Amino acid sequence: MEMTGAQILVHYLEDEGVEHIWGYPGGAVLPIYDALDTDADKLNHILVRHEQAAVHAADGYARSTGKPGVVLVTSGPGATNAVTGIATAYMDSIPMVCITGQVPTAMIGLDAFQEIDTVGITRPIVKHNFLVKDVNDLADTLKKAFYLATTGRPGPVVVDIPKDIQTAKSSYVYPQEVDMRSYLPVTKGHSGQIKKAVEMMLSAKRPILYSGGGSVLGDASAELTKLTHKLGFPIVQTLMGLGAFPASDKQSLGMLGMHGTYEANLSMHHSDLIIAIGARFDDRVTGNLEKFCPDAKIIHVDIDPASISKNVIVDIPIVGPVKQVLTEMNAILDETTLKSDKEALADWWSQIEEWRATNCLRYDTIGSKIKPQAAVESVWRATNGDAYVSSDVGQHQMYAAQYYPFDKPRRWINSGGLGTMGFGLPAAMGVQMAHPEATSICITGEGSIQMNIQELSTCLQYGLPVKIICLNNGFLGMVRQWQEFFYERRYSMSYMDSLPDFVKLAESYGHVGVRIEDPKTLDAQLEEVFSDKYKDRLVFVDILTDQQENVYPMIPAGAGLNEMILV
Amino acid sequence: MKHIISMLMENESGALSRVAGLFSARGYNIHALTVAPTEDDSLSRLTLVTSGTSAQIEQVVKHLNRLVDVVKVLDLTEGEHIERELMLIKLSATGDMREEYKRLADIFRGDIVDVTSTTYTIQMVGKSQKLDAFIDTIDPVLILETVRSGTVGVMRGEKSLHV
Ligand SMILES: Cc1ncc(C[n+]2csc(CCOP(=O)(O)OP(=O)(O)O)c2C)c(N)n1
Repeated sequence: MEMTGAQILVHYLEDEGVEHIWGYPGGAVLPIYDALDTDADKLNHILVRHEQAAVHAADGYARSTGKPGVVLVTSGPGATNAVTGIATAYMDSIPMVCITGQVPTAMIGLDAFQEIDTVGITRPIVKHNFLVKDVNDLADTLKKAFYLATTGRPGPVVVDIPKDIQTAKSSYVYPQEVDMRSYLPVTKGHSGQIKKAVEMMLSAKRPILYSGGGSVLGDASAELTKLTHKLGFPIVQTLMGLGAFPASDKQSLGMLGMHGTYEANLSMHHSDLIIAIGARFDDRVTGNLEKFCPDAKIIHVDIDPASISKNVIVDIPIVGPVKQVLTEMNAILDETTLKSDKEALADWWSQIEEWRATNCLRYDTIGSKIKPQAAVESVWRATNGDAYVSSDVGQHQMYAAQYYPFDKPRRWINSGGLGTMGFGLPAAMGVQMAHPEATSICITGEGSIQMNIQELSTCLQYGLPVKIICLNNGFLGMVRQWQEFFYERRYSMSYMDSLPDFVKLAESYGHVGVRIEDPKTLDAQLEEVFSDKYKDRLVFVDILTDQQENVYPMIPAGAGLNEMILV
Repeated sequence: MKHIISMLMENESGALSRVAGLFSARGYNIHALTVAPTEDDSLSRLTLVTSGTSAQIEQVVKHLNRLVDVVKVLDLTEGEHIERELMLIKLSATGDMREEYKRLADIFRGDIVDVTSTTYTIQMVGKSQKLDAFIDTIDPVLILETVRSGTVGVMRGEKSLHV
């Protein structure tokens, strides 16, 4: 069928099965917005209030569903506003396609109004990007974009479409096939390596499973759980991986890394075999590399060969999709006559239980102020531990990771790699759009929430009943904590002055505002927030918390995993 | 150690900047880089010289392979290979030096390709080290200009880099 580029885009997105597209109009995408009006049938466009939020919302949708998030922004400032969101998705390997408008082809390079080299600016923060120069290539390019975004190690793909390409005509048929000779994602791990790995696992004396975001992104939760149960090994999870293995299971030692649990970090440090699954030995996990796990051999399963032996040298690398590799490991374990060393494992577990007994997440509850940890625990109780929790960045993010244990994957939505303040609220919108019946929470701080607070308006327009839990400590708390520890308590620019009255602010946006100040009413007030009474309303819960509280345990920068500060 | 990494990439406008961008973003260095079309219109061949430990080079190659525009990558230094670089060097040539340069060019199998009353331009092909050696024989104040193509290379024998 003959249509314009803009129409091709809209029809393509529908044929691709895209449900929601998050965006903001402008000169260079007017033809596309017009086509949305005339041609869109099922495709739902959500108008955000800032392009950064469009990208984070699409990102939250993607993280909570596994489907690619889709964004539409205009050229110039539209594209540059989207950059932080794209970088956030890139660092956490989130599947996403971002459509950007561009000035007409003939004006490219002339410093035209709202011209920016979008392909150049986004190059280091995308899996790939395209500038469409011929309308006849548009459908194929879109197909490639979705294919690239969702296969292999996922990531954002930008498609920059000049305005004249949007109005030029071509015939459209949905391309069924995609052909890219230079991109061949691995579909299967090496069987010989997998077999060797299983043998190594069964001969280990102090083994540990270390699972990361790849287990979530690769939908390998069931296989991971099965493997962990079969082996009887302890498992630690990264900030990005929480929920892939149920936190409530006895074999789970919780999160590892800078603010991980004592038992997780010590078990890593003293292990003789680390089985890394979809994790990338990030510096926030390893601490000082020179002191990292001196006795451990390492098996590393990852879809991306470039992640293997990047930070630490690996003994058995396995490049492949986590789900497939773990399935094969489970099958080998079912058949093998080899047995794990039961005695050594029992000793290992009794050592681990000793570490666990330090109860490193305990905190002081005396005092008239609400403890942020207590607030998160109370939210967990009020939501039966079954909410989708999006978070911003700071102390509250760590409290959420520590005190809201996740039993399911894709429930914990946070910017782990880039650490983007302002991520939480738009991400929670994306989650809510994907799961209208579920409870979508944003755990945030009074600093972070102000980075995308304008989205309260979007939430009203689209009836997104997100529950915002603002742990208001009056400080850029994580900055304050580092200044307390490492800069002799010079609290330079970390006090948040002139805060708005968040209750009134929420009300003026047409939402419900609730303030909680008293530890004694915390539970009851949160019960009400999550009761049916507010099922369809956005509630902004401003919880005034202890200003001086710090996140513990902590591994200071430069220290090893065995050098934790407990309280 | 120096490595010569050679690759085939899609003949797309952004491909070169993706490779160059990868090197600057990850802090790898490039000593030399050359890129030109191949017999296949859709492909260009890029060769670059970099240095690092074998672990670093392994990482470089993995990252290059990850670039969507890069079709195939080969570290020539891993095996027996032939490498060549072209140099044009313009020298101030007066008096005795006019004869001396001819002799030197002969020894290094260079050709004098342009002559004026005061200058010679010599063309020379060889391994980079040979070109370096030639430059070392000449008094720096007499060198007016040097331009080098960067190294290109192929594997010895039947092995070849193709799609
Ligand atoms: C966009 C952005 N700017 C700056 C930072 C640095 N940063 C990390 S945590 C933090 C403080 C966050 O304060 P708040 O949101 O109030 O949370 P709290 O730590 O108090 O829980 C800052 C400024 C960041 N992560 N992101």
